[in-house]
Amino acid sequence: MTTPRLSVDGLTVRFRLRTAVVHAVTDLSLTVQPGELLAVVGESGCGKSVLAHTLLGLLPRNATVSGRAVLDEDTSLLTGRLTGVRGRRVGLVPQSPATALNPVRTGRRLLEETLRAHGRPRTDADRVAADVGFDPIDLDRYPHELSGGMAQRLCTALALAPEPPLLIADEPTTGLDRPLVDHTLDLLRRRCDAGNTVILITHDLTAAQRVADRVAVMYASRIVEDQPTNALFATPAHPYTAGLLDALPDRGFRAVPGHPPMLTALPAGCAFAPRCTRANDACATMPNLSGPARCHHPLIEQEVAA
Amino acid sequence: MSELAAHGVSVAYGRQRVLDQLSLHIGAGETVGLRGASGGGKSTLVRVLALVQAADAGHVSLDGVRITGARHHVPAAARTRIGVLFQSPRGATDPRLRLDDIVAEPLRATGYPDAAVRERVSELADLVGLTPDLLIRRPHAISDGQLQRACLARALAHRPGYLLCDEATAMLDASTQAHVARVLTDYQLESGAGILVVSHDQPLLTRWADRVIDLQPQTHEHRHAATSV
Repeated sequence: MTTPRLSVDGLTVRFRLRTAVVHAVTDLSLTVQPGELLAVVGESGCGKSVLAHTLLGLLPRNATVSGRAVLDEDTSLLTGRLTGVRGRRVGLVPQSPATALNPVRTGRRLLEETLRAHGRPRTDADRVAADVGFDPIDLDRYPHELSGGMAQRLCTALALAPEPPLLIADEPTTGLDRPLVDHTLDLLRRRCDAGNTVILITHDLTAAQRVADRVAVMYASRIVEDQPTNALFATPAHPYTAGLLDALPDRGFRAVPGHPPMLTALPAGCAFAPRCTRANDACATMPNLSGPARCHHPLIEQEVAA
Repeated sequence: MSELAAHGVSVAYGRQRVLDQLSLHIGAGETVGLRGASGGGKSTLVRVLALVQAADAGHVSLDGVRITGARHHVPAAARTRIGVLFQSPRGATDPRLRLDDIVAEPLRATGYPDAAVRERVSELADLVGLTPDLLIRRPHAISDGQLQRACLARALAHRPGYLLCDEATAMLDASTQAHVARVLTDYQLESGAGILVVSHDQPLLTRWADRVIDLQPQTHEHRHAATSV
């Protein structure tokens, strides 16, 4: 049996504010295998990026974390120092390239510094940049001289430079034109085909459909559906997933009615119920994720009754 | 003539010319899509049209009146007629301010009555889907998508005649994207505003824009070609 690249079990993250507690991630469990590309999708603010930051130990001081996250069955990502793990074994393509790049260093200096720190020759900089579709000529520019898409590609190059076996890519295609989106996605896919693992955090359902083996849908801090990609797009099980798919411009282009709940005041039951046409009294209790969807009234028959 | 237009605009960064004698117009009540390669000058064009960046050559006109040239003298009244949603909300917001103050910025800057600011902010927050608990947070404590919704509320606050959306929905999920498109379309129907939608997402532009302009990659040998698609 293959050793999972990452096992997350019952992960819960809370942020203490002065007057409230933010339920950012709740009871999240997932397993990702070597060679697998898992896409995590959902509305903005549902906890996708917090999940990424938790796995890299990048949470602020007001965060409390419980549960378990283990890399290659030998390294806990929630306890202890992550020196030697962060960057080298778990890479991150950050969501905001504008704030992730050191503004006083050129792209070349940033990339060479990363390569050197991970024992690779500085002369690899041009090749690593070219791999992500970043023209090496532009490496001599400072971050403020790069377009949003160019900065995004530079961040991807920096994350890939140490060749981490697990890469968490948080919205790596934002601001890229379609050929570059496809180029980046193909690059991630090739990494998985070579035995590495990628968690692709994205709101771009088309991107997820193109390269992911599996898609996990998050809503209000929880995973509400986890299915193989083709099955999820053909027969979504959770009403929220169906709503997201219907919002695509080439489908209905209709927003899911209502707004996501406040993460400081989540209901005891299903958080999607106030926006759901199928909701009834049963939804006042939290459904289990025993089939593909965490729902009392799934759109497809659950393999195991909730 | 009700339109926001660029006339022969050129911009270079050092030796690299990103816009070369580019002309385009956005009519009142019209939604114009703009697409093009990453790094091809789309965001530069938005900044020039938004009157926050001077062009090296050419000028911008608002309703037929030339309002800026290479010297970049811009009447304040012209600025208030243009709303912008930038590509990166983190770079476009003051990290020290709470979201409700960020949304209120253009209201206070344009002399909106103090007593009515809170009510208008609340109305805008409701429109874009920002819950009250988010309004009291600062940018570092919310997601990029939530911050972009605050920027949308800010862009609409002073009821601009033209709205420039630079990849404004690129970081939003499909549902929020559809919601933002609906909010902007409703605002356009109500106000007659002209909207420029910069996006790489062809299905989105096909669905949303009245016409789409393709910004061709720049070469030193060719002038910028803005081709209607």
